[in-house]
Amino acid sequence: MPQPAVDSPPDTGPDDSGHFGPYGGAYVPEILTPVLEELKAAYATYKDDPEFQDELRTLLHTYTGRPTPLTYCDRLSDAIGGAHIYAKREDLCHTGAHKINNTLGQLLLADRMGKERIIAETGAGQHGVATATACAKFGMDCIVYMGAEDMERQRLNVERMRLLGAEVRPATSGSQTLKDATNEAIRDWVSNPADTFYIIGSVVGPHPYPTMTRNFHRIIGEETRTQLRAEIGTEVPDALIACVGGGSNAIGLFHPFLDEDVRMYGAEAAGQGLNGRHAATMSAGTPGVLHGAMSLLLQDDAGQVELAHSVSAGLDYPGVGPEHAHLHDTGRVEYRPVTDTEALDGVQLLSETEGIIPALETAHAVALFQDVADDLQSETSDPVIVFNCSGRGDKDMDTIAKHL
Amino acid sequence: MSRLNPTFRRLRAQNEKAMGLFLTNGFPAPDATLPILHAIDRGGADFIELGMPFSDPLAEGRPIQRSSERALSHGVTLDDAFETAAGFRAESDTPLLLMGYINPVLKYGADRFCKNAAAAGVDGLILPDLPPQESAQIQEATQAHGLDLVFLIAPNSSDDRIRQVDRKASGFVYAVSVTGLTGSALDGGVDAYLERARQLVTENPLCVGFGIKTHEDAVRLTPHTDGFIVGSALINHVEALWDDASHSDAERLDAVEAFAHTLKHGDDTPAPSSQETAPAGTP
Repeated sequence: MPQPAVDSPPDTGPDDSGHFGPYGGAYVPEILTPVLEELKAAYATYKDDPEFQDELRTLLHTYTGRPTPLTYCDRLSDAIGGAHIYAKREDLCHTGAHKINNTLGQLLLADRMGKERIIAETGAGQHGVATATACAKFGMDCIVYMGAEDMERQRLNVERMRLLGAEVRPATSGSQTLKDATNEAIRDWVSNPADTFYIIGSVVGPHPYPTMTRNFHRIIGEETRTQLRAEIGTEVPDALIACVGGGSNAIGLFHPFLDEDVRMYGAEAAGQGLNGRHAATMSAGTPGVLHGAMSLLLQDDAGQVELAHSVSAGLDYPGVGPEHAHLHDTGRVEYRPVTDTEALDGVQLLSETEGIIPALETAHAVALFQDVADDLQSETSDPVIVFNCSGRGDKDMDTIAKHL
Repeated sequence: MSRLNPTFRRLRAQNEKAMGLFLTNGFPAPDATLPILHAIDRGGADFIELGMPFSDPLAEGRPIQRSSERALSHGVTLDDAFETAAGFRAESDTPLLLMGYINPVLKYGADRFCKNAAAAGVDGLILPDLPPQESAQIQEATQAHGLDLVFLIAPNSSDDRIRQVDRKASGFVYAVSVTGLTGSALDGGVDAYLERARQLVTENPLCVGFGIKTHEDAVRLTPHTDGFIVGSALINHVEALWDDASHSDAERLDAVEAFAHTLKHGDDTPAPSSQETAPAGTP
């Protein structure tokens, strides 16, 4: 089987200054300007460096367990009716979610740049665990900022990070969730720009992070193409579905398909519903600047960032990656809100029909199957849907048990 | 045009360093900000930065974060900042800048914001998360309404970058003293950095801020600059005074005025009014 490219994307944006349409850019304190310049230069060097790519490819194969399988979900397909559903099994990555694709890429870059201190933010804890894991593997110091509320609801991941040798620092300001953990990580970075590499866990933050993180996750979509060809004789399905918080797993799956004739659906967290507390940035957000980039943002009339809510800590974020905001505006990707209750139903459905307990984040994508299958049926017979099974649900068992 | 340039010219002629003082609008309470601005103006502030609180102030240390949270808990908005500015301007010609994060300004509308700021007697803007390369829209609005737009440099800024910032900035160039947050401890490399900045910043006055807590800090950092800025230390001082129920408002305002006077002149010069009412433990 030919090796898919780890990191050689088509030229679909952003522009030189990191803008996807009106979104993206780098709205940062001046201290970070030279830091981002240094990062851009290093990334430009290594993204086309065969030795760097070989090392990353080897790590992804021998350590992460790539390629991850593409599983045909026959009982799930029967239960939904009218579509053949495949799961791209990022839940089988080492550490239990797609996050480690990006973490290993950025850590390898940090190592090449001579940075010895790694910081990260985490919501559900999956990116924190992936970062702590990679730091243990490379012998680097690791500090993970995590909202105090998230530390409570993702207790197991906090213990995992500590076991891996990372220091977990609680963010106690604001909503005490991912937004505030990101604020604290950026403040640490501003205070330690010379020796510290900030591994951002999603396709958010200032340029070049959204592009770099996307490119490290493109392997999800690249592998899917190769696997679909072997499985069904064509690389392009009828629809792709992924959950979207910041949007890293979704863009990783979608990006290699952007130029193809395939529908794309992003499931965003509608929490208690769009009239209640939610994290549905695409449905209810307006353009604004948070964490160094212009994107869609949940904010009040005064431009203060609003508190997001989702049962899933990984989607509990009031912003979204700038490329997703652009794909939303252009209509290339359709983003649909999924409530906490619908996501919990999704956990149950995938567990019972396929023996796969998905993360609460991932379960938001599961909740869209019926609607998407209904959409497709009117257009094509035997439609094929691929969804990104982005993470496993072990970390959420406390929350799931409480609700189901 | 702005009141900043004439102020720096006058002070330079007098061989005096400009003192800029920062206070968050709505802190410690919405009706307390304006009287404090008047007090620090009497105490010798040469320009004032009125902070516009934001929910996610990335460059701030704990004191200014706390002041922002406190102001926002009172529901303070940009219109309230214009009201405070207009109230200040009604009684003083001291230059006044608005300082805050870009998102609320964009939400308000860049042009509308600058128009209302200018009408309230504001002289300029400082937006620490708006670097020059993202500033085209704001720059157009500030120029249209005669406002200065201050940009920042940092110890890790390259020579080219400092020159570029100087070309884009108006009012002054704000030299961040440390690679850190507001209120950080000063470090040893700052003198060489400010000397370098002095050589490179040729089109604007140069002011240093972040981490300056005392008159002695200011004296130490200003040989190569036209002025200095104090924020967190003033916020801490105000917070302590207003949270201590044993003081009357008049005593508090006298103490803040004396604090400003001491920051600028040191301890040896008596304040123009009632320094003796400063509470024990006041720096």
